[in-house]
Amino acid sequence: MTGSDTSETSMRTLSQNRPARTGSAPTAPTPSPRGARSMRHVGRPGGAWALPALLYFGLFAALPMVLVAYLSLTQWGGLGSPRFVGLENWSRLVDDPVMRRAVWLSLVLTVLNWIVQTPIALLLGVWAAGPQRNRAILSAVFFLPLLLSSAAIAIIWRALLDPNFGPLAWVGPRLGLGSVDVLGGSTSAFATIVFVTAWQFIPLHMLLYQGGARQIPASLYEAARIDGAGTLRSFWHITLPQLRHTITTSSVLMVVGSLTYFDTVLILTGGGPGTDTTIVPFLMYRAGFRSWELGYASAIAFTLVVVATVIALLLVRFTGFGKMRSTREGI
Amino acid sequence: MTTPRVVAAGASVLALLTATACGGGGGAAADGDMHVWMYQDTLVVVQDAAVERFNEESEVQAVIDEVPGDNYEERLRTAMGSSEQPDVFFNWGAGSIQPYVDQDMLMPLDDLLAEDPELADAFIPSVLEAGKVDDVQYGIPMRGTQPVILFYNEAVFEDVGVEPPQTWEDILDLVDAFDEAGVTPFALAGADPWTEQMWLQYLVDRIGGPEVFQRIHDGDMEGWRDPAVLEAAETVQDLVDRGAFGESYASVSYTEGGASTLLSEGRAAMHLMGSWEYSTHLDQDRPFAEEDLGYTVFPPVPGGEGDPANVVGNPTNFFSISADTDFAEPAQEFLGYTSQEEYVADMVANGEVPTTTNAEEAVADSPNPDFAVFQYEMVRDAPHFQLSWDQALPPETATPMVTEIESLFNGQSTPEQFVDALAAL
Repeated sequence: MTGSDTSETSMRTLSQNRPARTGSAPTAPTPSPRGARSMRHVGRPGGAWALPALLYFGLFAALPMVLVAYLSLTQWGGLGSPRFVGLENWSRLVDDPVMRRAVWLSLVLTVLNWIVQTPIALLLGVWAAGPQRNRAILSAVFFLPLLLSSAAIAIIWRALLDPNFGPLAWVGPRLGLGSVDVLGGSTSAFATIVFVTAWQFIPLHMLLYQGGARQIPASLYEAARIDGAGTLRSFWHITLPQLRHTITTSSVLMVVGSLTYFDTVLILTGGGPGTDTTIVPFLMYRAGFRSWELGYASAIAFTLVVVATVIALLLVRFTGFGKMRSTREGI
Repeated sequence: MTTPRVVAAGASVLALLTATACGGGGGAAADGDMHVWMYQDTLVVVQDAAVERFNEESEVQAVIDEVPGDNYEERLRTAMGSSEQPDVFFNWGAGSIQPYVDQDMLMPLDDLLAEDPELADAFIPSVLEAGKVDDVQYGIPMRGTQPVILFYNEAVFEDVGVEPPQTWEDILDLVDAFDEAGVTPFALAGADPWTEQMWLQYLVDRIGGPEVFQRIHDGDMEGWRDPAVLEAAETVQDLVDRGAFGESYASVSYTEGGASTLLSEGRAAMHLMGSWEYSTHLDQDRPFAEEDLGYTVFPPVPGGEGDPANVVGNPTNFFSISADTDFAEPAQEFLGYTSQEEYVADMVANGEVPTTTNAEEAVADSPNPDFAVFQYEMVRDAPHFQLSWDQALPPETATPMVTEIESLFNGQSTPEQFVDALAAL
């Protein structure tokens, strides 16, 4: 994302001084109709170019969403035909204490994920953007968790944390902790999910920040150094502001990801103990594929889509990201 | 042991795709084989052998698809709603196949039994009855009977110098004794909450008798407010507080072998589990199963109204046939194999107690006749055999019920909250 607005800025900066490369109307005196058409073709691709993507989006995103909206008005057990029940599922959704708790847990998870992952990913990313060779090697090591599938990650951590047969069973008593049942406790199970999520996704966000930090012109730091700014000051006044669009991008990914987070919870805790890690996507799975109330599950799913979209839009709007203002104005 | 989880996770994703993409349709996979879906555990060897015998005699080739245990019902339901229906599949009879019967997806087997009276007479009538829905036969018994039994490790009992429990006071004394000796009194696979359900089933039955759950089963959710349910829940809380299940039961898995290993390694003294626990140990740790594995009935609870001879568990499992199968004839023929002598002998050899009428002679030839006879008589003499609650109730109530049971065992809800939550289902 940072890349796209950089190029736009450079275009705008250039056009202030000399004729734009792609031929804009003011500099070309009365272009021939034919010329204009060909210009338009080069400069701005027609809507037809978007057709494959639109078709794909329509078939695999828009259509299922319409179907889910319809299913949320029915009662369906996965066999035979859905039975239309109007708003029954929706009124139940509003009154369901389990759903209310799941929404709360989902929000807590989202906030915690952001608080835990953003600073670490930002610092690691900025650090990894440096030039030394050892950084490249270490960055590659940090990057490893991203290459594993969520299911594999959850299985590995479950095995590591097993209170009777895992390494923890061996380590715990030797540290005087007795048997440590991390996944069996309400708070600790939730904390484990936050931790495993961070372990899995920090590399991705680190990569974003690394890319963003490399885009910052070295001249800014040189100027700051001449003015007597130290490392901390440079970080606070140059790196952070320059990375603000990257922070938005990463935050949107993080928030939407946390709201729809599912696979690790399914394998690591199964929503338990009790309902203590039953976040909204897991509740949707439970309602749909354990209780076979696919209509109700659809209502939950649709709510999730709406909430995630709204939050993403709000984030983009209130961070000024949508205006596509450059981080390098005035340079 | 981790593979089933991966497969299960992948399967859920596939299930989502198939459920949305291609609902309806009939017939099994187009590879020309007759697909038999089996719950994956150590007992599948019996069905494997039956398929081998069947394939020798039949032109149609049968294959067994083993489905990981903890996701079996989800996968079956999704497959039945798609074009990948199995031809023959394992199930729990009664309530568990009701949704398929409602959609006319199962083949009625009354004609099969009428044409083959020998098959009809081969099974204990009350067990065969459990394969009926709306008075029509849809399932043929294909496994041994599965009462829930109190297993224990004899070596650990000897070490600590105690005797197996006969009364509820014994249970409480044993909890204290083992706790002091540093042994977990009861292995409990809390990561699979259906194992916790077994405790409540027995406690409710011993305290209030089978009528308590019968009322709930008939659809009256206020039945959960019966004092017997509250007392059972308080008893559970008491056991948990006394440390009867140790500290880390919430993370112990049954399907991955955790609880059984705790028992066989002597880290836990007792384990309340279905009779298949015996064959699990035969498979995992044969010397332990043959020398040190003890078993007894669930003791009576003081002041309880239920007959102490009642048992809970699964009367047996059944094979049913999809109505849409391309192999109607061969599939029915295959079902007949479950009453054959070799099949019954295989079951006995693997520690099962068959539900065929001639089982009494067969169990005498079992590798551990004592266990087989014990189990056979336990079931035969039981005035009431309570089918597992989560199989008896429809999934939309059973799923949240099992979660509530988990919350009770983990101390996240009090007995009163537990009762209120269940009554509100």
